[in-house]
Amino acid sequence: MDILVQQIVSGLATGGIYASLALALVMIYQATDVVNFAQGNMAMFSTYLAWSLLQAGLPYWLTFGATVIIAFVGGLLIERVVIRPVEGAPILTIVIVTLGLLVIFTSVAGWIYSYIQKPFPSPFPEKPIKIGNIVFGAHDLGAIGITLIVLLLLFLFFRYTTLGLAMRAAAQNPVSSRLCGIRVSWMLGLGWGLAAAFGAVAGMMVAPVVFLDPNMMGGIQIYAFAAATVGGFTSPMGAVIGGFLVGVTENLVGTYVSFIGTELKLTVALAMIIIVLLVRPTGLFGRTTVRRV
Amino acid sequence: MPALLEAQDLEAQYGSTKVLHGLSFAVETGGITTILGANGAGKTTTLRAVCRMVKTSGQVRFDGQRIDGKTTEDIVRLGIAHTPEGRGTFVDLTVEENLRLGAYARRDKSRLAGDYERIYEYFPVLAQRRRQQAGTLSGGEQQMLAVARGLMSRPRLLLLDEPSLGLAPLVVLEIFRIVRTINQEESVSVLLVEQNAAMALDLADHAYLLETGRVVMSGPAADLKKNDAIRRSYLGY
Repeated sequence: MDILVQQIVSGLATGGIYASLALALVMIYQATDVVNFAQGNMAMFSTYLAWSLLQAGLPYWLTFGATVIIAFVGGLLIERVVIRPVEGAPILTIVIVTLGLLVIFTSVAGWIYSYIQKPFPSPFPEKPIKIGNIVFGAHDLGAIGITLIVLLLLFLFFRYTTLGLAMRAAAQNPVSSRLCGIRVSWMLGLGWGLAAAFGAVAGMMVAPVVFLDPNMMGGIQIYAFAAATVGGFTSPMGAVIGGFLVGVTENLVGTYVSFIGTELKLTVALAMIIIVLLVRPTGLFGRTTVRRV
Repeated sequence: MPALLEAQDLEAQYGSTKVLHGLSFAVETGGITTILGANGAGKTTTLRAVCRMVKTSGQVRFDGQRIDGKTTEDIVRLGIAHTPEGRGTFVDLTVEENLRLGAYARRDKSRLAGDYERIYEYFPVLAQRRRQQAGTLSGGEQQMLAVARGLMSRPRLLLLDEPSLGLAPLVVLEIFRIVRTINQEESVSVLLVEQNAAMALDLADHAYLLETGRVVMSGPAADLKKNDAIRRSYLGY
C-alpha cells in the first residue's frame, strides 16, 4: 500500500512538470491555433540563460523573474521575426517552421554551452518531507505549487481581462477581431511571449530533476503532448490535469507492469495519446463547439 | 449636408482578379445609403474595400480625412463599424463577451455599462441569452448580435453586409426596423449592401446599383424604385 501511494506521489511530481509544459503548448494553441514543437527546446534555452545568470552571481528568485521576462520578450520576438512571415501560410508550413526552431535551439544551446550535463539548483530545501511512510520531495511539492499558481494566473488573465478576451477572439476569428479594432498580429506575438514565459518556468522546475542539457526536454515534450491531448488542447485546466494523469499513469504502469519497467515508459505516453484520440478526440476537458448555420 | 463617407475611383482585387473597376459613391451624414446588385456584382467587396480588407486603390474619405492606406484596425477605431458577410460571430464566446469585444477599441469605458442596457433594449433576445455560447444562437439572433457588436463601438457609420441573408422575412423586418431606429435616434449613418432590393429601397434614402464592379445607376431611393429597369430586374414585378 505504501509503495502504491509513494508511486502516485512521485507520479504527481513528474506530472507537475509535464503539466507546466503542456500549459505552454495549450497557450500557444489557444492564441494562434498552432502546436509549437519548439516549445520544450525554447524552455530548455531559457533555462540555460537562467544558468548563466546564476553563474554571474544573481540570487535565485531574481534570476527566476529575469528569465521569465527575457523568455517573454524572446517568445514575442520569435513570433515577430520567424512566425509572422508565414502567418497566413497553411498550418503545415508553420508546424515545419516550429520544427526548424526546435533543431536550431538544440544546436545553438549545444554550441554555446556544450552537451555536457550541468547541475541546476532548486529554490526549495533538499530535505524531503515525510508523512508516515510516504516521502514527499520538497522540490516536487514546490514545482507542483508553482504550476498551480501559473495556471491560476493564466485562468484569471484569460477569463477576466479584456486583453485575455481579445487574445481568445483573435485566435478564433481573426477577421472579426480586426473589425473590432483588435490588433490581431500583436495578439499572436503576445501569445508566443506568454507561452515562452511559462515554458521558462517549466524548464527551471525540470532542470534540478533531470540536469541541464540541450536534449533535456526531448522526452518531457512528448509527455507534455500526451498531457495536452489527454486534457484537451482547448483547455488549460485540462492540460494541467492531463499532466498529472500522465505522470501518475506512467509511474504506476512502470512499477506494476513488469515488462514495461523504465525502458518502455515513454510508450505509455504515446499509447495514451492514441487511445484518447480514438475515444475522445477533444480530450477529457476539451470543448466541442456547437455551431448552427 | 456634407458626405460622411466618400469613395472615388475605388478599385479592388483578389489575387490578380479585379472585382471593382473604379467605383465612386458617398454616404451622407445621418443618411442611409444602399448598394444594390446581383450576386457577384461586387457589393461585399465594396464594403471590404472601405475597411481595407482587400487589396484596393483609389481614394476613400471618412469625415473629410483620407482613410485609404490605413489598416483595418485603425479604420474601425475611427468610428466605422462593419457587420461582415456571414455575421462574423465569435462562436465559442458568450453573447456578452461578443459585445465586450465590440467595445474593445473604445476609450470612454465609463459609459459602457449604460451601452449594454441600451443594446439589450434594442435586442431583448440577446439579454435573455447573454451567458449563452454565441454559436448556439439562431441565424437571426446572430445577425442581431452582429449589429449589436458593431453598435457597441459607438460608430458614426455602420456598414451592413446583407443582413437579410438566409433569414425569415419577419426577422429581416425586425432587423431593418431596428436599423432605422438606430439611424434616427443615434444619428448613425448607414451603408447597406443588400440583395433584397425592395426592402433596401424602402429603408434607404439614397441608392447605387452595381453591375460587375461598376456603378450603373444612382439617385434617391424613391427614384430608383420607380425606375422600370430596376423594377423588372431587381424588384420582380
